[in-house]
Amino acid sequence: MKIAVCIKRVPDMETRFKIATDGKSVDQAGLKFDMSDFDGYAVEVALRLKEKEGQGDVTVISLGPAVVQETLRKALSMGADRAIQLETDSVPFDGLAIARALAAELEDGGYDLILFGRMSIDSSNQTVGPMTAELLGLPCMTAASSLEIADGRATARRELEGAAEILEFPLPAVITIDEGIARPRLPSLKGIMGAKKKPLEVRPAQLGEQRLSVKQMELPPERTGGRIIGEGPDAVPELVRLLRIEAKVL
Amino acid sequence: MANTFAYAETRAGELRRVALEAVTAARQLADASGGGEVHALIVGAPGVAAKAEQLGRYGADVVTVVEDAALDKYSPEVVAATAAQLIGAGEFRVAVFSASAQGRDLAPRVAAKLGVSMISDATSLELNGDSVVSQHPVNTGKVIATVTLTGSPALVTIRPGAIAPAEANRSARVESGKPALDPASARVVPKELIQGNTAQLDLGEAPVVVSGGRGLKVPENFKLLEDLAAAFGNAAVGATRAVTDEGWRPHSDQIGQTGRLVSPDLYIACGISGAIQHLAGMRTSRTIVAINKDREAPIFKIADYGIVGDALEIVPVLTEAVKEAKKE
Ligand SMILES: Cc1cc2nc3c(=O)[nH]c(=O)nc-3n(C[C@H](O)[C@H](O)[C@H](O)COP(=O)(O)OP(=O)(O)OC[C@H]3O[C@@H](n4cnc5c(N)ncnc54)[C@H](O)[C@@H]3O)c2cc1C
Ligand SMILES: Nc1ncnc2c1ncn2[C@@H]1O[C@H](COP(=O)(O)O)[C@@H](O)[C@H]1O
Repeated sequence: MKIAVCIKRVPDMETRFKIATDGKSVDQAGLKFDMSDFDGYAVEVALRLKEKEGQGDVTVISLGPAVVQETLRKALSMGADRAIQLETDSVPFDGLAIARALAAELEDGGYDLILFGRMSIDSSNQTVGPMTAELLGLPCMTAASSLEIADGRATARRELEGAAEILEFPLPAVITIDEGIARPRLPSLKGIMGAKKKPLEVRPAQLGEQRLSVKQMELPPERTGGRIIGEGPDAVPELVRLLRIEAKVL
Repeated sequence: MANTFAYAETRAGELRRVALEAVTAARQLADASGGGEVHALIVGAPGVAAKAEQLGRYGADVVTVVEDAALDKYSPEVVAATAAQLIGAGEFRVAVFSASAQGRDLAPRVAAKLGVSMISDATSLELNGDSVVSQHPVNTGKVIATVTLTGSPALVTIRPGAIAPAEANRSARVESGKPALDPASARVVPKELIQGNTAQLDLGEAPVVVSGGRGLKVPENFKLLEDLAAAFGNAAVGATRAVTDEGWRPHSDQIGQTGRLVSPDLYIACGISGAIQHLAGMRTSRTIVAINKDREAPIFKIADYGIVGDALEIVPVLTEAVKEAKKE
């Protein structure tokens, strides 16, 4: 099976973010970066499908400036076979612009399966996967939390609010991966060494028009928590009093 | 005067609350920008037309009903084709969907079909000149972005719970429509809807969330949290990833960065350490209570009220106290 996985480089969310002086982006100083959470799950799903079949080819693709090569190398060290950087100066916020560039790259790739993360953990847009599928005219399953593939057909589950649904579709297809199928493996030392020799191609991205943009970024008000009201069951009456009188939730 | 579109989400033939939120958001936007009609779309098995009247009460002027026996379950390709056809044919400035699981599947498909961009998970919505402007939490809610979208129609998904359904007392004109794609020719086929406990409130909608972590020790102890939730009467039970990983609770109950986002009036964290990935899913709750035996647990840093101690001892006492308080 020939599989493509689209992966995004995102800041580490443990960070205490600061707003940059332009007022509409996050200050990059001191930030650490990694592959977006759900994209790690998607890479793992691709690798397991390949391992199960005993053959196949996994291509990882990332759109962005040269630094995304780090993220691509990580996927290669996990076990992906080849990588493509779609080069841009910066990563646009507009999901359709990204989808257009990815679709142009994926179109003639002959992939049986194209995987995405359910959502990128920084933009939280959750649009690039299904938009790319539409542009390619491929069947699309979003937010798959389980996945079975047999005889060119897939069965997948999507979690809903207090429910779930099962859908079936033929390959080739686009699937966006939720948590629940597979946790990403850590790259082994051998994997890291091997990744250096794997092919990484760089091509210019065709972004086109962008209509969605960030005008301003701000930090939400800080929570003023940290008040310990007591110990053990004896503190319960005080808690109930505060919930009634102060918080007015009881 | 341009009109506003709203997608009315259903499940098993019933309107979901997020459908009323979408219609309300569309009505409020239309009224704030000089009028225009609100057109809602509802898709389902025969009988779903009976829900049109309710959409009128929340502000729809026109309800297009698409009924087909094969559309008893959400069929992504059929609904996307139908919504795109309807939006593309009308004079719509903005099309509103919910950022529910279904809306987040549907809206990007429709946007790509129409060749337009979209705003996701908006917590506010307004028209400003030739732009639609929304706030949208990014970076796991640690940063709030104000985003602008130009071009028409502009598609937006609204965060569930961000806009409260409000009656506007219209009586909607009902029009019947046809699926733009024969359900039998859809490639993505819905096979089964697995309903959870429908008597229970959804995590995203419950005013109170009682949540448990690894500190509860064994799955049976979640009964204590269910009892506390029952004492409140308007509560749902959530969990951490440590708990869903163990299979003590289903993944759909997981709150956090890779689970559900909740923002209830009251969040009670029991035996939860307060890892950053968990906080990402509940940080915006109005009041947070933490019960943890470790005084140094990070959850206390964001809790309005903390109790240090054994959750297995404290929760039953709290349950009794809440029952008493509810009696008064
Ligand atoms: C990519 C990624 C995504 C993730 N996404 C999520 C997510 O969406 N949601 C999520 O929750 N986590 C997520 N996690 C996991 C997260 O990092 C934590 O591991 C997890 O939240 C810890 O769960 P916990 O608090 O139940 O367990 P622990 O961290 O083990 O904490 C248990 C707590 O219980 C307390 N305790 C023990 N016994 C008692 C007792 N008798 N009474 C009271 N307190 C007691 C302890 O003091 C401790 O503080 C993610 C991690 C990664 C790497
Ligand atoms: N710059 C990018 N390069 C490659 N893939 C991306 C990029 N941005 C988003 N994606 C993919 O699209 C998914 C959804 O992203 P988003 O729509 O931003 O939430 C991500 O999980 C990735 O799989």
